[in-house]
This record gives sequence, structure tokens and C-alpha cells, in this order.
Amino acid sequence: MQTRRETLKRSAVVAGLLATTGLFPQYALAYNKAAFEAKSLADVLKALGAGAPTESKDVTVGGPDIAENGAVVPLTASTTLAGVKHMLILVEKNPAAMVAQFNVTDSVEANFATRAKMGQSSDVYAVAVMADGKALFAKKEVKVTLGGCGG
Amino acid sequence: MADPMRIRAQVTGDKATVRVLMSHEMESGQRKDSAGKLVPAMHITEVTATHNGKVVMTADWGPAVSKNPFLQFVVKGAKAGDKIGVTWKDTKGDTRTDEATAS
Repeated sequence: MQTRRETLKRSAVVAGLLATTGLFPQYALAYNKAAFEAKSLADVLKALGAGAPTESKDVTVGGPDIAENGAVVPLTASTTLAGVKHMLILVEKNPAAMVAQFNVTDSVEANFATRAKMGQSSDVYAVAVMADGKALFAKKEVKVTLGGCGG
Repeated sequence: MADPMRIRAQVTGDKATVRVLMSHEMESGQRKDSAGKLVPAMHITEVTATHNGKVVMTADWGPAVSKNPFLQFVVKGAKAGDKIGVTWKDTKGDTRTDEATAS
């Protein structure tokens, strides 16, 4: 006969296995923590399961040439291409590169604007992750006079 | 409970440009307090936008989005009088939903 202790142990093992295989669909949809902790563009794309990035003229990144206050840097990311799944905004030299990920549907244009914090002068990337996993990016250098992280 | 968001949806042609101003501290987890201890991160992680109740966009945010975040996006096929709703959720589990009418 199975004791209660054994049963508990087994169910814990099974739960652990299920979690690692990603069989729970809510984990797949949940906030992608790894992507937000990644340090570089390549790592972020790896965490999202997208391919190697290529530079593209169809993706636009917008921002000031010189930002006086790194705590509030207006950035935009847009593309004219169809079939975009995600638009990402990244700041290369921040403690974690990824700023925001926008999940695009057919009902919105792939054109987003927000404001980001920047620790220091850095390249800013707009990345369009297409439905087929291709990643297209545009970059721009933004100089920061006063950093916005820490203090 | 957090303060309300300010949402403006402006219709031009068959599109509506939505501008949202949220009221949130967006603590990055990098800052130190006067005692030299790190202030724990507390920021918005998930943003959902709806158009007449249908989800049109979701976004995942990291701590690098500015304090009192600003967000702009364009909803296709929106008319004057349509309802645009925005919901956010932060790392503490706090959420807030606000709605505006496109004009």
C-alpha cells in the first residue's frame, strides 16, 4: 500500500516535471521574466524564441539625439511591415536591455510610443519580431546628460 | 489604490490615436534609499488595451519604463463614441482599469 508521504512526494515530482516541460499554458503566456533580465539584444531575442536580428529600413526607432534627463526619454518604435507579432524597445546599456514588449494584433498599428529610463548614453533599438520568428531592428544613439537609473 | 489614468482617444479617419498617462511610481529596483539599501522593484508588468471590450493590444513592461508612464498606440477601425479601455497590473498585483470614449 502506498503511504501518504510517498503519494505527496510523487505528486511533487510530477508537478515539477510538468512545470519544466511548459505544459501549463498559462506559463507560456505569462510575463517573460528571462527576456526582461537579459543583458543584450541577442539574449532578449533568445529568451523570446526569435531568430537572429537583421537591420531593416522598414523598422523605425524614434528618440531625441540628446536627452537632458535620462529618467524620461521619449522613444517610439514602428514598422510599416505586415505580420508583426511583437514590437520591442531596448536600451543597450541599461542594467537590463529590454524596456517594453508590445504584442501586436490586427486591430492596432505597429506603432508605439512610450517613455523610458536610461542610465547612460547608449544605442536604442526598436525590434519587430515577425510571425515567422524573424527579428528586424533599427537602432539610434541617444546621448544622456543626466542618468535616470539609481542615484 | 492608484490614481486614475488619463486616456485620450482621438479619431482621425478610420483610426484612433490613443494616448494614456498612468500614475505609477515605477520603482526600478536599482535605486538606493537614504540608508543605502536597495529599494525593491515595483513596476507595471502588464498592460492591456481594449476596443469596445475586445482586446486589441497587450504589452509587457520592464522596470525601465519611466515613472508615471506614457503610452501611445493606434487602434484601427475605431469610430467616435467607441470605448477604449486600458488595464495595468504591477509586480505587487495591484491593477487598475480605466475607460475613455473616442472623439
